Amino acid sequence: MKIHQLSVFVENRPGHLIVPCKLLAEAGINIVALSLAETQKYGILRLIVRDWQKAKEVLEANGVRATVTDVLAVQVADRPGGLVEVLNPIAAAGLNVEYMYAFATRMGDQAVLVFRFEDPDAALQTLKGSSVAFVDTVELFSRLDRV
Amino acid sequence: MDHTSWPLSLTAQSFRAGPSPDFLPPAELRQLQTERLRQTVQLAYDKVPLYRQRLAEVGLVPADVRTLDDLARLPFVTKDDLRDGYPLGLFAVPMGEVVRLHASSGTTGRQVLVPYTRADLGVWTEAMIRTLVRFGVGPHDVVQNAYGYGLFTGGLGVHYAAEAIGATVVPISGGNAERQIDVMRDFGTTVLCSTPSFFLQVADRAQELGVDLRRLGLRVGVFGAEPWSEPMRSRIQQAADIEAFDIYGLAEIVGPGVAGECPVHQGLHVLEDHFFPEIIDPASGCPLPDGEEGELVLTTLSKQAMPMLRYRTGDVTAICPGPCPCGSSLRRILRVSHRSDDLFIVRGVNVYPSQIESALLAVKGTLPHYQIVLTEQDDQERAEVRVEVTPEMFSDRIGVLEELQEKLTRRIRQAAGVGIDVRLVEPRTLARSEGKARRVVDQRHKDKAS
Repeated sequence: MKIHQLSVFVENRPGHLIVPCKLLAEAGINIVALSLAETQKYGILRLIVRDWQKAKEVLEANGVRATVTDVLAVQVADRPGGLVEVLNPIAAAGLNVEYMYAFATRMGDQAVLVFRFEDPDAALQTLKGSSVAFVDTVELFSRLDRV
Repeated sequence: MDHTSWPLSLTAQSFRAGPSPDFLPPAELRQLQTERLRQTVQLAYDKVPLYRQRLAEVGLVPADVRTLDDLARLPFVTKDDLRDGYPLGLFAVPMGEVVRLHASSGTTGRQVLVPYTRADLGVWTEAMIRTLVRFGVGPHDVVQNAYGYGLFTGGLGVHYAAEAIGATVVPISGGNAERQIDVMRDFGTTVLCSTPSFFLQVADRAQELGVDLRRLGLRVGVFGAEPWSEPMRSRIQQAADIEAFDIYGLAEIVGPGVAGECPVHQGLHVLEDHFFPEIIDPASGCPLPDGEEGELVLTTLSKQAMPMLRYRTGDVTAICPGPCPCGSSLRRILRVSHRSDDLFIVRGVNVYPSQIESALLAVKGTLPHYQIVLTEQDDQERAEVRVEVTPEMFSDRIGVLEELQEKLTRRIRQAAGVGIDVRLVEPRTLARSEGKARRVVDQRHKDKAS
């Protein structure tokens, strides 16, 4: 169920964010979801790409610090209250959301969100049988292909 | 190879096979040093106007220097003297007798020219042979020499000695971590020579490439040319499963080979039959007793092209009291952890990069590449440690990185006694030169000076 996210270290200065993006572009790697968390001096660019191994190789080979993190993709009804329906069982289970962000593309009448829990396996276990619908990598990219 | 004897070299006639001068009885060593000191003082006085003038200023003639104790009466020579005399000022022989020129790397300013006669090259090679033999390097080793070749003394200093021992020398020179890893694996390298900071770069690169250095044939690491620390040694030894030896040298004296460790790893034996060490208080210039830390002053005892009398190295160390368990009669100095001019002062507090280094190591157990940048804003001095983010440090969570940064800042404040900002920066963004890490960049008073 887990999907792989690339996290990339970038300094918070003009001209720095473009470096990893350019490297991925040149390698023909498409970014399907992303978020940028920033502090005053640096930020972390989080990316979902199809070929994460190749992406990591390309980045590291060019001196960009990147790490792979397991995250969960959750489908959310694309209407008012859709997100609350997902967050309710998560809150009820006492799970903390470290961070989350959404896929750029809508898939049918569903949006897909990326959730980072401290322990994704434990979160999966805890939420088993709840109304939270996870999307695995295969499903995720086949849906993206259909869009 | 038994390190109490050393091999006959094919390259220089002055070499003898048999018992190594490392094990001369102390009285014989003192006798040899005294004779050589007298000759050196005479040579310097006869051939170098600066020495003649300096001795005259303190009312001395060569005949006044009879014992090793008399050395303390001689004035010092400094790097400024060498720079002022650039290029040929302190040469004691005509250029026709000079067979090689090197230049100091100029980490701290204008370069200094260093001449060698053929006999000087012999002394240098002898010193490095004795050093490498002590590390257990022998004819069956493959020595990957990642010191820079060129005007820098590191490359050729190691090269000729390793060749004379009969080892297979790979003159790869510094730089290109990836190529170094390929060569290590493909050529079956057993001995690697480089600056410690460059080796850590190689280790990081190997990790990125998924190469386990511990599984290659590496056995011995020969590290020098910049100050490093004991925790750095541990990291290097763990990363590559090697025994890491510290060597010390400087171009002004001869290059690498002035001092080096033995398998006991309790200090570096100074090849004092050629290079005589003293420790002085850098402020007063007074000699300090064994065990006390101060500036290392070296006098060459057998060099011809540019004899050095009481050269102030700027390196801070101490002479280890007592004999070494290895049995060598050569005195030892402590690892050079910093230079007296490495010291920087932030808001009135003296700080050495080694203090910052120990704090960085304490937090993550690994030493990232770092640089200290001193700036001035609105008459306020600021120091910032820029740290290249390593895989061990990096996380996808801001909270984890913030916590790390706070921890680093706290540790550095404890170690240095003054607040220094920590900035995490991208890999490979801090300058490196000749494989030597440039630790302090001072950008203060720039506007005023220009």
